Amino acid sequence: MSKTSPCRGAAAITGIGHAGLGAAHGFSEMEILAQAARNAVADAGLRMSDIDGLCTCSGSATMWAMPVAEYLGLRPAFVDSTMLGGSSFVAHLLPAIHALMAGTCNAVLVCYGSTQKTSTVNRSAVTRMRQVLDPQPYETPYQPMQPISAYALAASRHMHLYGTTREQLAEVAVAARAWARMNPLAYARDPLSVEDVLAARPVCDPLTVRDCCLLTDGAGAFVLVRSDRAQDGPHRPAYVLGNATEVWNRQVSSMDDLTVTAASVSGRRAYAMAGVGKDDVDLVCLYDAFTINTLLFLEDLGFCPKGEGGRFVSGGAIAPGGRLPVNTNGGGLSFGHPGMYGVFLVLEAVLQLRGAAGERQQNVDVALVHGNGGTLSSQSTAILGSAATL
Amino acid sequence: MTAPAIDTGAAAAVGPEQTYFAALAEGTWRVQRCNACARSVFYPRLLCPHCGEQDLGWFTPSGRGTVHATTVMRRPAQAGGDLHLCLVDLDDGFRMMSRVEGVPPHAVRIGLRVQAAVAREGEQPLVLFHPVEVQA
Repeated sequence: MSKTSPCRGAAAITGIGHAGLGAAHGFSEMEILAQAARNAVADAGLRMSDIDGLCTCSGSATMWAMPVAEYLGLRPAFVDSTMLGGSSFVAHLLPAIHALMAGTCNAVLVCYGSTQKTSTVNRSAVTRMRQVLDPQPYETPYQPMQPISAYALAASRHMHLYGTTREQLAEVAVAARAWARMNPLAYARDPLSVEDVLAARPVCDPLTVRDCCLLTDGAGAFVLVRSDRAQDGPHRPAYVLGNATEVWNRQVSSMDDLTVTAASVSGRRAYAMAGVGKDDVDLVCLYDAFTINTLLFLEDLGFCPKGEGGRFVSGGAIAPGGRLPVNTNGGGLSFGHPGMYGVFLVLEAVLQLRGAAGERQQNVDVALVHGNGGTLSSQSTAILGSAATL
Repeated sequence: MTAPAIDTGAAAAVGPEQTYFAALAEGTWRVQRCNACARSVFYPRLLCPHCGEQDLGWFTPSGRGTVHATTVMRRPAQAGGDLHLCLVDLDDGFRMMSRVEGVPPHAVRIGLRVQAAVAREGEQPLVLFHPVEVQA
């Protein structure tokens, strides 16, 4: 593989950590974030005092980097709190790599936590406040149940244009559950069939509640260092070969084509930076907030032609034993989804690259991580690789 | 340095958003077209998202359109019951979120021809759609 960018392989993820997965009764989101951060720093073989770069953001606090730095006792020379929804913690990679390469800092902590499941905050009050602070006056009068309504509209369009079936969407949830059953940390591990998904409570046609990600607590964190220091830690580094982010719109009504997301470009750019193609990818971690996401992103990232996603996932093709391992941790659909899921995509890819994924371990040298934010609004693709890919 | 003039078309005492909703509140639906690139612009803006120019004028759309994407939001009765939601492609060259009334929400299909009408829900003026009667 040729060197295609000076950023390719310039930095590596050397530490990962999580905390408060599922239901973090009695803990605040800052507390579980801090625990995950501590775990990631220790996993990297570092101390908190070694951290001089911070990437974090929150679904509710607009100045979130400040209380995080304060709570953790950090005085970071590099801060990125760009908030792009769930893709943020994938999108934080490239600015962090630039900062590391420029010598602005030496060890970047990327961290997130949410207690949306156990928090006593009134969620409908939060929704009303969001409408005030972040108005969408041309959609809100129609009372969309966001984010799910946007994904349901995209699903309706995909089914209409390409003949995608309800059963094919259900296959995505069933595959995610089959992987989750091999992950002791996954939240939903009961058996799940296509029939179960179809018979589940309808939420926003054509999607049922089993087409939707879970609503859990959880915190995740990882540590990024320059590659020349990556060998110092106790674990095999996961090198960042490529990362690209695209933001095209906020509202689903402003999308040119509901079945083509900005992943089609973020993916192309990330592949180019990494100097790899889809055939080199051994593991795919996609932001599956809803079952339609997996189809859209498999298409947009080149794993199958546009419109073929439903047929591509049929017959257990992305489940254990299938042709392409996708979301081996169980995904947002079955592993867990604490408001924003992006950081957990990275954690699973790193675990698999280390060879530490237990029963669900795959043979992985190149992992593709793809984060989505908002209502198909922001897309960030990263390619991670083992030392063999450098 | 002189600030560039803000040209929001005739009667531009307020911005495009207030202009749009003020007209809608009086039962008049007006949307923008860019005089530079001739493309329709929705939602109303200060500059054209297609070409970046600021020469936007208002026109009255035909209101004829086609359902582009559709869903039924399943809601408990105490929350108002099931509600339709869709995107409509207007013959006038833009897309918007709305809902179709006059038919059960589950009966709305992609491709259905619809006609806009200005409505009001409480204080909120909004554009809704009804199926176009098909000539026998």
